[in-house]
Amino acid sequence: MKAAVVVFPGSNCDRDCKVAVERSTGAQVEMVWHTDTQLPDGLDLIVLPGGFSYGDYLRCGAIASLSPVMREVKAAAERGTAVVGICNGFQILCEAGMLPGALLRNERLKYVCKPVSLDIVNGQTRFTAAYQGRREAVMTVGNGDGNFFADEATLDRIEGDGQVVFRYRDNPNGSARDIAGIVNAKGNVLGLMPHPDRAFEQDLTSADGALLFQSVFASA
Amino acid sequence: MFLKPGVLDVQGKAIEAALHGLGWPDAAHVRVGRTLEFEVGDTDKAAAESKVRDMCERLLANTVIESYRVDVA
Repeated sequence: MKAAVVVFPGSNCDRDCKVAVERSTGAQVEMVWHTDTQLPDGLDLIVLPGGFSYGDYLRCGAIASLSPVMREVKAAAERGTAVVGICNGFQILCEAGMLPGALLRNERLKYVCKPVSLDIVNGQTRFTAAYQGRREAVMTVGNGDGNFFADEATLDRIEGDGQVVFRYRDNPNGSARDIAGIVNAKGNVLGLMPHPDRAFEQDLTSADGALLFQSVFASA
Repeated sequence: MFLKPGVLDVQGKAIEAALHGLGWPDAAHVRVGRTLEFEVGDTDKAAAESKVRDMCERLLANTVIESYRVDVA
């Protein structure tokens, strides 16, 4: 069981992600720098962490999506490796074209930081199997640009194809159709705004995030 | 670059409300965009425009949410 966390200049949840994956799953976690042109061998999971890569310049995630390491992340995803982008990582996956849609400024222009209740809309994915049919998970959001947007046709398509994985019960940022997390068509790339890495032990308000990481390794 | 019509421009809305508050109730349809100015080496205008359009498609604009216009001076 092996995972890698990609570190971009301005990432600030990279260490949290490492500790969260290690403690949730016992997997070995390596840190990968954004200029690396090779990923460690035998990865079951790649995590793109939260933060403010490249200072959010131009658009959140835009410049990080062109980092040398992202070519390798794309190639690994095409080979079927699980990839999770959390918060800024979700923005990077959208900017890289690995997930549909984009993240806009929050509807009420405020940075939101609080625990949120999520509906687990699709419990059959590589990222949700360990929830074992549970319908709700609590994780913390912390974002200023977390307002998921896609055109109506794309929203209809991803809803129809089961690509919507998490929905907010009380939408904190104006996201279209309350969407908090989606997977790609193949089902091995997940992007979500809430932080499973801030919810992996009860002391952190919720341990529900641990199940997300455990799901990946249960199916690896 | 501007957000496409149909994409909610929350900054534009907030600024519009502030203009109303300052006594300009007729300020309407405020939209916030972004202008980038830079130089390229081409001497041919058409070549420069086509190069910059490529830059817009690949980096400068996110065409999921934004439209862009290129002016070559």
